[in-house]
Amino acid sequence: MRGLGDTFFNLQVIEKYLPALLSGFRVTLALAGAVVTLGILLGLTLAMVRAFRFRVVNWLIVAFVDLFRTLPQLVVLVFAYFGLPYAGITISGFTAATLGLGLVLAAFAEEAFWAAITAIPRGQWEAARSTGLSFAQALGSVVMPQAVRIAIPLLTNRTIAITKGTALASVIAVPEILDKAQSAMSLSSNASPLIIGAGLYLAIFAPFVVFSRWLERRFGWII
Amino acid sequence: MANDCFLLEIDDLHKSFGDLEVLKGINLRVRPGEVIILIGPSGSGKSTFLRCINRLEEPTRGRIRVDGTEIMARGVDLNRVRKDIGIVFQAFNLYPHLTALGNVTLALRKVLRMSRQDAEACGRRMLEHVGLAEKADAYPSELSGGQQQRVAIARALALEPKLMLFDEPTSALDPELVGSVLKVMRDLRDEGMTMVVVTHEMSFARDAGDRVLFMDGGEIVEEGPPSTIFRNPAHQRTREFLQRVLHV
Repeated sequence: MRGLGDTFFNLQVIEKYLPALLSGFRVTLALAGAVVTLGILLGLTLAMVRAFRFRVVNWLIVAFVDLFRTLPQLVVLVFAYFGLPYAGITISGFTAATLGLGLVLAAFAEEAFWAAITAIPRGQWEAARSTGLSFAQALGSVVMPQAVRIAIPLLTNRTIAITKGTALASVIAVPEILDKAQSAMSLSSNASPLIIGAGLYLAIFAPFVVFSRWLERRFGWII
Repeated sequence: MANDCFLLEIDDLHKSFGDLEVLKGINLRVRPGEVIILIGPSGSGKSTFLRCINRLEEPTRGRIRVDGTEIMARGVDLNRVRKDIGIVFQAFNLYPHLTALGNVTLALRKVLRMSRQDAEACGRRMLEHVGLAEKADAYPSELSGGQQQRVAIARALALEPKLMLFDEPTSALDPELVGSVLKVMRDLRDEGMTMVVVTHEMSFARDAGDRVLFMDGGEIVEEGPPSTIFRNPAHQRTREFLQRVLHV
């Protein structure tokens, strides 16, 4: 044994596999961006649709939300990638991961936005409607701007947790950080690529966490 | 029938919440420029009645005509009707995420489709009208209760309503702030605004009201000019109520 340094910080290994890991970094970044965009926008849309209280539509929304809040993320990913082809739908690993994690995030985001919408006092609706705003206008101009602020602290933790799930995409052959790190590890029989991988995750998610703290402070003033 | 001399006509208005009948057939005629004061014990149905007039509460049955428009009719454009009926709430209900000016201009831009520039010019005039020109850029949380309520009045007035409803506008205010709001309401009256006011401010009722309606148990028990109601109430229930509120 040549010591801890060689096993975990082997410069030769790092130099050799760094380009592969950096390409994984770009994939993880793109995947995280796609998941957050899909999840938050879809969750927001579903919550706003739910506010209109169409019975059948709401029933479907609640069923979707409860299903995707219940299923483990890994199960969703595996199903999207290995299950859908049996239904004649073949999608790339990247698309499957975006869809799988995005839908899970959408389910949680819908609940957060919905909780925030129901927390807006009735008087806000009444003030808006009494000045002639339609339901949709009251929702868009009065209720949602306040609801989004309330939802942000509820959302940030969940968004970070689910977005970190991009590492699960290694299971369905998405060439992201963990996937690259694992193959580099087996090729080199050395743990250094994993250390670099961990560092790359930090590089993505530490700013994310700092940004979410800023958001929470920035919009924490209401109610 | 000379319907035209009434701005607001209400016939046999009923409202029930489940089995509980809150309004038991209210009739009311209001002439343009008239100030109607609604008084009565809590739970008598006066707020519910007021909120039925712009259908924030949906009446169970009855007829409401505002300036000739049958507002209970099927297919009526409620958003258009509400533009003509301003309402001021006990809890102000200002939009906390918008400035005073933003509160006043929102409906101007969304409902009347005014440009931002026109809406803001109009909004500033309205704020000036209630004595708050210098607070245009303040958020509601930065204003006192009395100031918030005056912004709420400006918000309602900006749409140039034909009728203003006030639902206990001073009940949530500290005593020293009540006067500023009542002053704005007196000015409005002097400008000829038609108003229906639910209030516990008996001095305001006495000197600003054209007619006082005493409600109890979902009915109008008696009505008349303030001098008659306050000095010479005909009903025992009115006497008891006035004794309670005037001697507290």
